[in-house]
Amino acid sequence: MKLFPVRGGIHPDYRKEQTSEKAIVALPMPPLLFIPLQQHVGAPAQLLVSAGELVKKGQMIALCQGTISASQHAPTSGRIAEIAEVAAPHPSGLPQTTIIIEPDGKDEWADLPEPIADPFAADPQVIRDRVAQAGIVGMGGAVFPAAVKLNLGTQYKIETLLVNGAECEPYVTCDDRVMREYADEVIDGARIVARVMGAPKVVVGIERNKPQAIDAMTKAAAAFAEVEVVGVPALYPMGYAHELILAITGRETPAGKRTAEVGVVAYNVCTVRAVHQAVRFGRPLISRVVTVSGGAIREPKNVLAPIGTRIADLVEFCGGFATRPESIVNGGPMMGEPLPTLEAPVVKGTAGILALTAEEINSRPASPCIRCGNCVTICPCGLSPVEISAFVRKDNFEGAAKMGVMDCVSCGSCAWVCPSHIPLVHYFNYAKGMLNDLERERRKNERVKTLAEARIIRLEKAAEAKRAALAARKPSPENTPSGNGSEAATATTEEKVNA
Amino acid sequence: MSIASISKSGPFTHAPNSVQNTMFTVLLALVPATVFNLYLFGWPAILLFTITVVACVAVEAACLALADRPVVATLSDYSAVLTGWLLAMSLPPWAPWWTGVLGAILAIALAKHAFGGIGQNVFNPAMVARVALLVSFPVVMTAWVLPHPLLSSKAPGLNQSLSITLGGNVPDSVSAASALGYVKTELSRGIPVSESLKEFSRDSALTHMPDMMDLAWGYKAGSLGETSTVLILIGGILLLMRRIISWHIPIAMLGSLFVMGSLFNYVDPARFAPGLFQVITGATFLGAFFIATDYVTSPVSKKGQLIFGIGCGVLTWLIRTFAGYPEGVAFAVLLMNGLTPIIDQYTRPRAFGRNSKGEPLQLKEKP
Repeated sequence: MKLFPVRGGIHPDYRKEQTSEKAIVALPMPPLLFIPLQQHVGAPAQLLVSAGELVKKGQMIALCQGTISASQHAPTSGRIAEIAEVAAPHPSGLPQTTIIIEPDGKDEWADLPEPIADPFAADPQVIRDRVAQAGIVGMGGAVFPAAVKLNLGTQYKIETLLVNGAECEPYVTCDDRVMREYADEVIDGARIVARVMGAPKVVVGIERNKPQAIDAMTKAAAAFAEVEVVGVPALYPMGYAHELILAITGRETPAGKRTAEVGVVAYNVCTVRAVHQAVRFGRPLISRVVTVSGGAIREPKNVLAPIGTRIADLVEFCGGFATRPESIVNGGPMMGEPLPTLEAPVVKGTAGILALTAEEINSRPASPCIRCGNCVTICPCGLSPVEISAFVRKDNFEGAAKMGVMDCVSCGSCAWVCPSHIPLVHYFNYAKGMLNDLERERRKNERVKTLAEARIIRLEKAAEAKRAALAARKPSPENTPSGNGSEAATATTEEKVNA
Repeated sequence: MSIASISKSGPFTHAPNSVQNTMFTVLLALVPATVFNLYLFGWPAILLFTITVVACVAVEAACLALADRPVVATLSDYSAVLTGWLLAMSLPPWAPWWTGVLGAILAIALAKHAFGGIGQNVFNPAMVARVALLVSFPVVMTAWVLPHPLLSSKAPGLNQSLSITLGGNVPDSVSAASALGYVKTELSRGIPVSESLKEFSRDSALTHMPDMMDLAWGYKAGSLGETSTVLILIGGILLLMRRIISWHIPIAMLGSLFVMGSLFNYVDPARFAPGLFQVITGATFLGAFFIATDYVTSPVSKKGQLIFGIGCGVLTWLIRTFAGYPEGVAFAVLLMNGLTPIIDQYTRPRAFGRNSKGEPLQLKEKP
């Protein structure tokens, strides 16, 4: 298949060999599981259980609420020990409401919904409902509720379902292993999603540094004419959906638009496999494969862990730390976030837990920019990081916005390549946060201004009406001024009450 | 909210590069041409080279101390060494010591630190110093000498060398013209370029100029480090292979100079030297690979670098051909340095999903 050129990109040291040849191993049930109500983009799920209650494996314990949300399920049978505030797997480490389950060791399934016998004949709405019920979210890192994304098929004409198996982040091999070990399930899930979306074509994009995954998937796809498996160059950030879509279809998603508007929707391989399990077996999303790796981990592994596993338990299962890690990263080393605590749980979007040594991180104090232009050459978004960072350094956020900082996807390529070791992503995240704040402030001011103007008009109208009424009733000029004043005062009081 | 208040963003891995590494590689790439030229021009050149580099480092240290910046940490980025090295390479090999010291002050204090230090200067520091010296001391700065290889009978001894470099006692008998200077002087005396070029040939009975091969290898009069086209090219190839520089500036500069030279030589060989002669003489190769490619003072985008390189090549040709000076690389580079911010502004890459004006792309009608 002919591929299309993409802009920029880097060749980081992939370091996937630490786990790429290690088959997925299941984690023995940990002593406690911590299920946060929010593991996805959107509103947190609504609590359905209370402390002391017994639950079965796969039982819904929190229900999605609102349009964008996802339900949570018990990963095993046991007792709800507590509903508590537990540190979230987020750089802030702020606590969030979490259901703590004490497994009973029986691992008994709840009554699961019936498998959908023939998903290719079923009403798409039935499958969407099933995916929503299974609490599936994007498992590649976006953690967007999958069922909501499935609705895109009703709004846009989708020509291609892209299964994203690029896995361009160094170290992380969970998608690679899933594709090698469960290729049939991935292909089946992809075909189901394509059918719901009304997409006639399925393309699986895999970076060429995973030849076994490409082989396995090609074999699994051989029986289906509409499925094509494509090897794409190993060029970070190929797994960024817009980039992969451009490479495979040649379509460039306009700024600020969805990929669906160019007729393509991308799903991660683990996500479509979860769809397969929900549709074919009625199983909700209660576990995922996590790559535990990095130079400080004694035995790097690909672990099938129940959602809610404490990261400390996961690390212990991998032999603990061989040396003191410099940073613990949630996700890949390029776009992952620092984990402030090992007490946080594995959630649906946790693809990797990396314990990295100082040598691996290779961090140095930043020195002044020497304008080498490497960042401009490699930026996959076509931005000029050197110029944006100059604006951010001066706290000139409008200038940074004009230079396109909001188009930055924080892929980290510029910071990776910078010889001065300037933390460019850090600069840009800061600018984005400030710009969002400014935008909120601007909207608020605008709203206040509109309300204030409306109020003045309203007051004037009320005063006018009273004046007119007064004039009609008692056309004596000497009464008007005092009456006018008191009525305006009344109107003001009314306004205050209304406000 | 301050930038330190948000937790550290990734990436948690980094390319194995640094400013120090980059500068060190450039120094390494300069070694072949430098060693050859120090050999060619002997002790006076070695003394001047050392004085210039040490002076640059000393001025850098003084400026950093005055500005309350970390002295040792900043010096170890080798940028002052590189500036001093390039400045020394652009001085006449037997020039007196004070050209190196004054040049160091002009380059480091005036052209670099007055603008804010590394990364902030608009103009190439070494070229600012070279041009300021040339304009101020035209005689000293164009006093070329014939090659006097070390260990040869012609080579001055250490004592005489000290007297040359520290005392400025250059014997009259050794002075020579650079190839570009010779052709220009002859033309001003009414001798066509095509005639004076015949001097650059082994067959000429009158020859006192190197032939074309000697010109390329560098066995000729010229600045301290610029004479060997071949050895500079070897260093340039190292920089290209290590991806310190890209081909855009050197190729654009050499190409445009060659094209301008060849075109006008074709039209009127009596007035205009051929393209090849333009390319292998003077500071062309040193300029194209080591000076015009200076990160700080050249555009950041590839498109911008092409424009910059073409500008350097065309301006070099214009200055050599029509201005009073026989050599124009330093002027050309400085002029293009001044245009760099504007070039950068007009050669920004197109952002993903946007047209070149920055507006979101229009969706094509679905088939």
